[in-house]
Amino acid sequence: MSHSLDAYLILSALLFCVGMFGFLARRNAIAMLMSIELMLNAVNLTIVAFGAFVPALTVHASAIALMVISVAAGEATVGLAIVIAIFRNRRTPLVDEYDRMRE
Amino acid sequence: MSNALAGATVPALGWSWGDLLFLVLSGTMLAAALTVVVNRDIIRSGLAMIVAFAALAGIYVLLGAPLVAAAQVLIYIGAISVLVLFAIMLTQTKVGPIRLVFHHQAWAGAAAAVVLAAILIGVITGTDWPDAVAHQAHTATDALARLLFSDYVLPLEVVSVLLLAAVVGGVFLAKRDEPQGEER
Repeated sequence: MSHSLDAYLILSALLFCVGMFGFLARRNAIAMLMSIELMLNAVNLTIVAFGAFVPALTVHASAIALMVISVAAGEATVGLAIVIAIFRNRRTPLVDEYDRMRE
Repeated sequence: MSNALAGATVPALGWSWGDLLFLVLSGTMLAAALTVVVNRDIIRSGLAMIVAFAALAGIYVLLGAPLVAAAQVLIYIGAISVLVLFAIMLTQTKVGPIRLVFHHQAWAGAAAAVVLAAILIGVITGTDWPDAVAHQAHTATDALARLLFSDYVLPLEVVSVLLLAAVVGGVFLAKRDEPQGEER
């Protein structure tokens, strides 16, 4: 099982779907950002799994995964800063109460 | 997986050690990810996220990518999780955990996630990967370093500029608007 590409890809698909459900269903903006991190991790797992099982990609996959991790760090920084800036104005972290545009 | 353990099997179960590790790590990771998504208390969600990231680092080691596992521990567990926990504490309201965690339309999101999982699993099991081999390769760290500083040197520099921009943008967005000094 640990020597088949399919097992890792299915694990990554399940993790991505868990993250997608969290992004669609949670009301808290920070919980939505955490779900995005889970989805990014699922994509990274796919990249590393292909790198481990396809010989031509072995080193490239690790390089690409490191790039993805760095970009995810930048995304988390800016996303959380935006959430904190909105929280300072609206006094709530719940996204369905951000309805200024509707009033 | 080290070569000494590759042929050995777990005494009671008859599985190989690699399979056992894979099952334990993936079960831990999926359970922690579900906890992140469904837990009512968002602090516990943040702590479960650390567990999910740690289990994923173990899976990277199992896949023979130790440098990615180290980066996962350093960046995700060390930096991003701490950032998320600080943001949670900065945005906690005094009333404690809210009663309604999910949107009213959460069932539609759940249905979409289940359908997407079914489609992805069907596609993955139905595809015959032509270039994949049965034995996984180990990523040599020195080859990775050479590649990062030869073929990937432009993306590496672009990522460093992106991180600098993210730091500046994060400070600019999160800082308080000070009064400008002039009094009206």
